[in-house]
Amino acid sequence: MFRQAQWDEPLIFNLGRAGRRGHILPKVEESVKEVVGDLYRLIPENMQRKNVPRLPELSEPEVVRHFIRLSEMNYGVDSGLYPLGSCTMKYNPKINDVLANLPTLGMLHPYQDERTVQGILEILYRLERWLAEITGTAEVCLQPAAGAHGEFLGALIIRAYHKYKGESAKRRDMLIPDSAHGTNPASAAMAGFNVVVIPSDEDGCVDVEALKAAVSEKTAGLMLTNPNTLGIFEKNIEEIAKIVHEAGGLLYYDGANLNPILCKVRPGDMGFDIVHINIHKTFGTPHGGGGPGAGPVGVSEELSKFLPVPRIVFDGKLYRLDYDRPYSVGKIRSFYGNVAVLLRAYAYILSLGFEGLKEVAEVSVLNANYVLHKLKGVEGLALPYNSNVPRKHECVFSAKPLKSKTGVSALNIAKRLLDFGVHAPTIYFPLIVEEALMIEPTETFDKEELDRFIEAVREVCREANASPEKVLKAPTNTTVPRLDEVKASHPQTMALSWRMFQKRRVAANP
Amino acid sequence: MREIGIKTIDELYKDIPEKYVLKGPLNLPGGMSEFEVKRHVEALLSKNRTCADMPIFLGAGCWPHYVPAVVKEIVQRSEFLTSYTPYQAEVSQGMLQALFEYQSMICELTAMDVANCSMYDWASALGEAARMASRITKRNEVLIPKIIHPERKAALHVYAEPAEIRVKEIAYNRETGQLNINDLESKISDKTAAVYIESPSYLGFIEAQVEEIGKLAHNHGALFIVGVDPTSLGILKPPGEYGADIVIGEGQPLGNPMNFGGPLLGIFACREDQNMIRQMPGRIIGLTTTVDGSRQGFCMALQTREQHIRREKATSNICSNEALCAVAAAVYLALLGPHGLRELGEAIMYKANYAMHLLSKIDGLKVPVFKAPHFKEFTVNFDPAGLKAEEAHEALLKKGFHGGKNISKDFPELGETALYCVTEIHSEKEIKLLAAALEEVVSARK
Repeated sequence: MFRQAQWDEPLIFNLGRAGRRGHILPKVEESVKEVVGDLYRLIPENMQRKNVPRLPELSEPEVVRHFIRLSEMNYGVDSGLYPLGSCTMKYNPKINDVLANLPTLGMLHPYQDERTVQGILEILYRLERWLAEITGTAEVCLQPAAGAHGEFLGALIIRAYHKYKGESAKRRDMLIPDSAHGTNPASAAMAGFNVVVIPSDEDGCVDVEALKAAVSEKTAGLMLTNPNTLGIFEKNIEEIAKIVHEAGGLLYYDGANLNPILCKVRPGDMGFDIVHINIHKTFGTPHGGGGPGAGPVGVSEELSKFLPVPRIVFDGKLYRLDYDRPYSVGKIRSFYGNVAVLLRAYAYILSLGFEGLKEVAEVSVLNANYVLHKLKGVEGLALPYNSNVPRKHECVFSAKPLKSKTGVSALNIAKRLLDFGVHAPTIYFPLIVEEALMIEPTETFDKEELDRFIEAVREVCREANASPEKVLKAPTNTTVPRLDEVKASHPQTMALSWRMFQKRRVAANP
Repeated sequence: MREIGIKTIDELYKDIPEKYVLKGPLNLPGGMSEFEVKRHVEALLSKNRTCADMPIFLGAGCWPHYVPAVVKEIVQRSEFLTSYTPYQAEVSQGMLQALFEYQSMICELTAMDVANCSMYDWASALGEAARMASRITKRNEVLIPKIIHPERKAALHVYAEPAEIRVKEIAYNRETGQLNINDLESKISDKTAAVYIESPSYLGFIEAQVEEIGKLAHNHGALFIVGVDPTSLGILKPPGEYGADIVIGEGQPLGNPMNFGGPLLGIFACREDQNMIRQMPGRIIGLTTTVDGSRQGFCMALQTREQHIRREKATSNICSNEALCAVAAAVYLALLGPHGLRELGEAIMYKANYAMHLLSKIDGLKVPVFKAPHFKEFTVNFDPAGLKAEEAHEALLKKGFHGGKNISKDFPELGETALYCVTEIHSEKEIKLLAAALEEVVSARK
């Protein structure tokens, strides 16, 4: 039976005692102080901090114990199965962390003379080449900090391309399927486009007729995920690409679902002009509870002039940073990217090679189809859209039948699954499936682990029929029972910091 | 395979048009054993020269600070490291509480009420802050100081342009570097969504007219956005005490290694104002209780602002952020505490001012360019010696020092100038050696 740690760990502000310190800084030499004199005579009176910040005062062991206890109340991929659909929560090889923590990377400053950073530039340069090879694109830029950041850059490149052709004023429509990730419309809107939603057909794929009707001289591009968020490969991709390109638009590949086609099919070969890659999904780098990730963007030859500066170039002897790119969209962040994350991806590709990466894809697809096969026919779960085509990395079930019969929703199933010591699938996504359970097992969990998950889902569905209150009250084995998420967002009860919480308390009890 | 009734894996790929299926292998390296990978990567990285091999005096948006061993230990805890965004709050209380504590400490540091749990970096935080101000005020001009990091400015333009926000620059006083208030008054109007300043500025001096600038912004109905280096906030007045509506900054110095410039940690905080809070970008963790009211707990708050719910109407597209770097910052701040943070600010300012003092004595250098108090960075001008900043850099590198960033192209009006950075990790001896080396470089020229 799964039991998560339940430390009654107070907020750090309620720990420690005045005067305690967890870290001693290097001493400032007396001779230095003498030369400089009184600092507070240098700082203008109005710019001096009069009250020290109300930070906690703890000893080093207190700090360690506090955060270790917190970590024990957190579930990661190393804790167990994490079938969060579209998030590709696979095992993160430990050697890659070891390498990313080397001081020969950590102590490098981004503005060092190029001659003193040849090692890291070589790694980044090669990684760009490998990612271009894997995605079938001409050039890759490593700078985006996350997938959504890559999407924003992709949308900016589409904008720059139409501007270059003198058509940016009219090409304002970004076409996005209704099954797309939420980031697609958000990124397109951030880059100034109008979002035009394309419906899915009865197979769960882009409705080609609807697409034909939607394209026009206003079309800037189409943002597409393939395989899509139902785990289904867009089989009409050739026709889709043709429609978009003939209308003068560009085709954008959302790389969130690249894992199942690694070294099998390449987005560039399918006609995509711009591709982003979620390094923290496909290339096995840890997600850190929300980041940092990395979202490199690959583009066709024609679009490479729009990539952000600097570009890493190699003249046969020296790796250099080239800022001389007049058509570049500019900068979307400081420096060159989330290098410590990218280095892990470099090591990941090096470890696996072509054959290994292909196996990653194949086993991830095999696992998803195994789960699909075993859950098909479970009472209460429906498999929407064409059940005859194999899914790729993930499968999406609908708990609608279960909900109408027992009142147990996808949310309740997710919460109850936590009690079984597995992470819940993604729920209520994609939006085109009611009561969606989106399951992505990835390649790194073995059959026994998958069987345990399948049995847990079956058990929850049985419980929903036999004793629904058990499921409705879940979870009970986690650190806390079900949380009130509405309260956290309500203007009257919202507390987004300790400071806000205290203000509220004082206001309530003057 | 037997269970699902297939003979080959390729049956699961049969729906992919044949013409797209790869026929041969790609041009990729590997696969290597763990030992080979380690040896290979270590060998490549050892070609680099780091600040352990030579004293480096670079800052400009990424700064060398010591990262305590405890911070490294905590962020390697695999329960934190290998978890996803805490969508399922009940199994993610550890990460959620750590991020709530980060947000809370940032609020204490900046004297603001609400902070999000991170942006990508300072530059993207500035872009998002400008867009947020424009949404709130329904205006489309942002005023920024002419003295600003060129990459931060470039990112601001990239974020602002699609939202049809114009960016205008405010001149500075050539003597002191301080913002030219007359120029600000002439450019501020009822179109101004926000006035943005930084203190300490990009070139290291303390901007002291903060109250006046904030008042000017507010008198014109604009928001006042302030950018900060958090290591200064133990000794410098927090922006919340001089009227800031939004505070942004770079959190990398708080327990995160430089890593050749990434990952960084974008700080983003604002005042308690429901309208502002609802326009904030990024993930925010909130305190709540369990449904049965028995216990306190944490979860993501205000998700209706975000892309997975609001789609094209979201306040931003950001989802993955720099959460683990935020945890590092929380651990770092907890280790230092209020007095440690003050000592950190003092140590940095002592060392930087000591270096400034020694370098200013060198005949042929103008240090600093501006007559103003400086925090951890300062300008070194080589014009009196007739030396190019690039030449000085070359000569120093030969002597085993890495000088500051050459800013002559970014700020041509300041002549041949470099931006030097000194922090708590630079010793008196290293600073003296730098001064001696620079003296040799300059006198060799004469």
